[in-house]
Amino acid sequence: MNPVNYLYLSALLFTIGAAGVLVRRNAIIVFMCVELMLNACNLAFVTFSRIHGNLDGQIIAFFTMVVAAAEVVVGLAIILMIFRVRHSASVDDANLMKL
Amino acid sequence: MENLIGVLVGAPLLGALILLVGGRALDRLGHWLGIVFATTSFAVGCVLFADMVGKDAEERALHDHLFSWVPVEGFQADVAFQLDQLSMTFVLLITGVGTLIHFYSVGYMEHDERRRRFFGYLNLFLAAMLVLVLADNYLLLYVGWEGVGLASYLLIGFWQHKPSAATAAKKAFLVNRVGDVGLSIAIMLMFTTFGTFAFSEVLPDAGSASEGQLTAIGLMLLLAACGKSAQVPLQSWLGDAMEGPTPVSALIHAATMVTAGVYLITRSGEIFNGAPAAQTAVVTVGAVTLVFGAIVGCAKDDIKKALAGSTMSQIGYMIMAAGLGPIGYVFAIMHLVTHGFFKAGLFLGAGSVMHGMNDEVDMRKYGGLRKYMPITFVTFGLGYLAIIGFPGLSGFFSKDKIIEAAFAKGGTEGWILGSVALLGAAITAFYMTRVMLLTFFGEKRWAGAPDPQTTPDVEPADGHPAVGAAPHPHESPLSMTVPMILLAFGSVFAGLLFTVNDTFLNWLEPVTHHEHGDSPISAGVVTGCTVTAMVVGVTIAWLMYGRSPVPAVAPRGSLLTRAARRDLLQDDFNHVAFVQTGSYLTRGLVYLDHKVVDGMANGTAAFIGGVSSRMRRLQNGYARSYAVSMFGGTAVLVAATLLMRAVA
Amino acid sequence: MSFLLTATAATPAVGAVVTAAVPAGRRTAAKWTALVFSLATLVLAGTALGRFDPDGDRYQLTESHTWIKEFGVRYELGVDGIAVALISLTALLIPFVIAAGWNDADPPSSPAGGKTPAGAETTSRWRPTQGFFALILMVEAMVVMSFAATDVFLFYIFFEAMLIPMYFLIGGFGDRAGGHDEAEAAKQRSYAAVKFLLYNLLGGLVMLAAVVGLYAVTADQLGTGTFSLQEILAAREAGRLDISDNGEKALFLGFFFAFAIKAPLWPLHTWLPNAMGESTAPVAVLITAVVDKVGTFAMLRWCLQLFPEASDWATPVILVLAAISILYGALLAVGQRDIKRLIAYASISHFGFIILGIFAMTSQGQNGATLYMVNHGISTAALMLVAGFLISRRGSRLIADFGGVQKVAPVLAGTFLVGGLATLSLPGLAPFVSEFLVLVGTFSRYKALGVVATVGIVFGALYVLLLYQRTMTGPVKAEVEGMPDLKAREIAVVAPLIALLLFLGVYPKPVLNVIDPAVGHTLSDVNKTDPKPDIDLDAVHKQRKADHGAEGAEGGHAEAAGTEAAGTESGAETHGGDK
Repeated sequence: MNPVNYLYLSALLFTIGAAGVLVRRNAIIVFMCVELMLNACNLAFVTFSRIHGNLDGQIIAFFTMVVAAAEVVVGLAIILMIFRVRHSASVDDANLMKL
Repeated sequence: MENLIGVLVGAPLLGALILLVGGRALDRLGHWLGIVFATTSFAVGCVLFADMVGKDAEERALHDHLFSWVPVEGFQADVAFQLDQLSMTFVLLITGVGTLIHFYSVGYMEHDERRRRFFGYLNLFLAAMLVLVLADNYLLLYVGWEGVGLASYLLIGFWQHKPSAATAAKKAFLVNRVGDVGLSIAIMLMFTTFGTFAFSEVLPDAGSASEGQLTAIGLMLLLAACGKSAQVPLQSWLGDAMEGPTPVSALIHAATMVTAGVYLITRSGEIFNGAPAAQTAVVTVGAVTLVFGAIVGCAKDDIKKALAGSTMSQIGYMIMAAGLGPIGYVFAIMHLVTHGFFKAGLFLGAGSVMHGMNDEVDMRKYGGLRKYMPITFVTFGLGYLAIIGFPGLSGFFSKDKIIEAAFAKGGTEGWILGSVALLGAAITAFYMTRVMLLTFFGEKRWAGAPDPQTTPDVEPADGHPAVGAAPHPHESPLSMTVPMILLAFGSVFAGLLFTVNDTFLNWLEPVTHHEHGDSPISAGVVTGCTVTAMVVGVTIAWLMYGRSPVPAVAPRGSLLTRAARRDLLQDDFNHVAFVQTGSYLTRGLVYLDHKVVDGMANGTAAFIGGVSSRMRRLQNGYARSYAVSMFGGTAVLVAATLLMRAVA
Repeated sequence: MSFLLTATAATPAVGAVVTAAVPAGRRTAAKWTALVFSLATLVLAGTALGRFDPDGDRYQLTESHTWIKEFGVRYELGVDGIAVALISLTALLIPFVIAAGWNDADPPSSPAGGKTPAGAETTSRWRPTQGFFALILMVEAMVVMSFAATDVFLFYIFFEAMLIPMYFLIGGFGDRAGGHDEAEAAKQRSYAAVKFLLYNLLGGLVMLAAVVGLYAVTADQLGTGTFSLQEILAAREAGRLDISDNGEKALFLGFFFAFAIKAPLWPLHTWLPNAMGESTAPVAVLITAVVDKVGTFAMLRWCLQLFPEASDWATPVILVLAAISILYGALLAVGQRDIKRLIAYASISHFGFIILGIFAMTSQGQNGATLYMVNHGISTAALMLVAGFLISRRGSRLIADFGGVQKVAPVLAGTFLVGGLATLSLPGLAPFVSEFLVLVGTFSRYKALGVVATVGIVFGALYVLLLYQRTMTGPVKAEVEGMPDLKAREIAVVAPLIALLLFLGVYPKPVLNVIDPAVGHTLSDVNKTDPKPDIDLDAVHKQRKADHGAEGAEGGHAEAAGTEAAGTESGAETHGGDK
């Protein structure tokens, strides 16, 4: 199968994730969309690794997964804290940092 | 002998320092200390004079180099004194009259709690004036020039609690400063022309400069002289300067400081000799002021202001004489000296009258005082005869010589100047007779009910009875009358002494290089005209003020009289031309500085602030809108990269 | 190699640290510490002045160490006559500033039963007094370093760093409001401090670009970049360094802009009246008499020496701006209603004179300008400190709030008058000599400008005398009644300054002797010689002698006539030569 098709899939997934981040208000959903974008990137990396025949892309994909896992830990904790304090998981309610 | 010159200047300077720094501790002794220092200076002056007379005419000049003052590459100014016949004349006049007035002030200022300071200022004045006439270069002369200006400022404003005195002092200083600009520029011109400003370098070789350069220097020196000597157009300060205590008016604003302009022009004779245009300017200024001052003197009811007008006019004579060149210098100085005697005497007399009249200055409130103040009357009368040029008295000789010299100038110019001088002599006789009649003759106009409202500006010196109480005219104490008597002697005999055998002329010859002009009319005729003019003036004055009683309130008078009472509108002119314009200018500039110069800086700050506060709106706190801008930015970057690739 | 200059700069810096460390309750100890350190600095500066040989090398007491090797930055110090005179002035003025501000920074405590009892104060960590004096000493250290540095980068650091203590001095300490709105006063103060900081930072930023540019040029042409003045001058002398015309102009403008703000030159002056008006009198003295001098000094040392051709190119514009400053500052001073702002505008006028003298490029002008810096420091200090005493007595800066002070406080009025007379350059007081030198120096090359600047002396008299008249003379105002005269401490501050003004007015030679050779060097840097007088008197004398010999034994009058004839002849010759 033509590896380029995986790139199309990756682009599609990334776009879905990006749209989700922009459109949805629920922090959990936004978070999942971010994960989707990260995984789209991973797919692209692995595909490029396959196309070019070296392992660099796969290594970076592992990196991304580790970072994503770490991010999930911190991110979910923050979201949980915000939900506890403000009784809302909407990202629009968390706008205290504006000037 | 040279070293004594330093003592001459140093003594009053030390006196000023001690008296001003010494503080209250010296309050009781202060005036005597001041007198000691002034007398020391006078004594040293006499010693130097005796020494000078003993030498040959050409070897009389002394020179004393003290130290190098401003040593800068190419610009060498020294503190060095030069005592020649001209300086000697001034030294004797300054220290002599100065010492007499110190004595007089002991009595006059007796009740003033700040008497110590008054004597400190007087000593300061003496020192500065001596520096002025003894300096051997123009820059040091400038120090004395401004120094006397400072002393004059301090003394005019001595009664600082009176706003009028403070204003008058400030005005005198400022007008003098305008003149000082002239002197500064003259010195700079000398420096660029000759590379030096020492008398001994500039003056002998003044002829080597072009006429244009000399004219420029001369005109600037004239501006300086106008400021210091109260000549038109910088004359306006002198009348107001009468706010100062009367001894000050006598010493500074009649006998010595105001004549500094005459000294300056005479000293710089070589420069003026090479610049006919500047000389014409000088005689014009002198002639105009001569008439101007005389007219003002006719209209004033304030005895000191009438005398101030007279001073202005008499200095006009001197300046005119100095402007005539070598035929006139010596007579300018001679009139200066005789004027120093009789005008100081007149002012002291006026002070004595005021002292006895509760500081009343309005002559219309005097009258018949000759019986109450006999000594003052006689000394004042002798001064009066001297100033109007009564034959035989000093003013007669000196003024007559100036009028002769004016005619001797030759040509139309000579005729005009001579006639103006004669006219001035007539007016002088008129206003002085008026002063005399109003003050000492006629009925007693002070006896009636006092009216405090007409004398709002006059405050008594401390300890005097308040204005408003009926005055009890009385003769002044000895400390005041003795100086008046001595000055009266000078007024009577000085002229004769100077003129016999041309003593004065020969004495100053090495400095002024006298030349005899060809008078179109003989000296006898001129003298006849002068005496006639005087008699006419006296007669008119007697007809107006001697025969009929004088109203205590001045009549409205003609247009000219009213203008003359306001000093021929000089202050009104200055007010409109300088004070008002200046105040609009400064106010405008303050506004401009705030709104435009500072406004631009603040405007820039406000602009940046405004832009930032608009930019701030982008930070709306919605994470998703930040995300949009991130995605948008990335999209733009990617698109731009692709586009660049496509183009390349 | 000596460490004298480093020691002179380090002493106040150490003093600042020690003063700041004095415990909160020991205010008096802090004051004395600061005074002692400032006096020690004065002794060191005096030693430097004594060791300086005016006829010796151009830069003396030099120190040179590598600092940041990679960028060619060196720790290089050295003084010429100009710098050593200004360092001495700084060291001289600081003890007076400290003594005058003795009680200015004390916390506003009401003694005996007030809100802040003594016990509460000692436990408080709030130490404004310590901070005030530490900051003053810090400024002194930085100013001394800027005068002594001969490395561009080193100079730049201290030139900029002195803004920080100055900012806190202006913004943190003001006059006692005395019944006025304290909040409003604080607002004004912080506005003034921010304005001061922004103006000077802007200048510093532009200068930084020029400093980097200079490094780039030297790196380009010499192989290794350098900031050292000595090296740059030597390289230029040897022809190895030749900055392009436009490059030199750009670098000059970068440097000059910073110095023109600091000096300050019209139209970059508006920060000064705010800063001086809002700060306490001693701090105002610090600004105008000490810190601003770095600006004019830097024009002489850096602009003229590093960029001689560009200086020459910019001269006409700068001279005109300086002349505008003179008249503009004086006229605005006339229009002020606030005593301190009036003195600030007067200073702007005086800085105009200084800059005029520097860029007239004559030995009289530059000698005068340097002497002017010294004299202006002393005279403004005298006037401003007395004004400060006056203001603190009344609790108001407005001229209209005073009147008749001389009646109740004659010593105060007298010293104020002397300070004022020095400000209007009365002959006999120090500023006259310098002002006249500047005027002559300007006039001998630019006649019209010289005349314009001379007119400035009339306005000078006007603002001083108006100020004196309105505050000191006239009837005694009710609020002024009972105003105490100067106290012993205050007299001790003012009297030496006045004595110095008198002394330098009569005998400025010691200072001029130090300055004159340095000015000669600077002038030869810019390839300028003084204009010759129109008439060569020596030639005239020779001619006259020759004529005299020819005419033989004729009488006195004929001789005089002969002289005159000879004079006109040679006059005609000179004239012909001109054409």
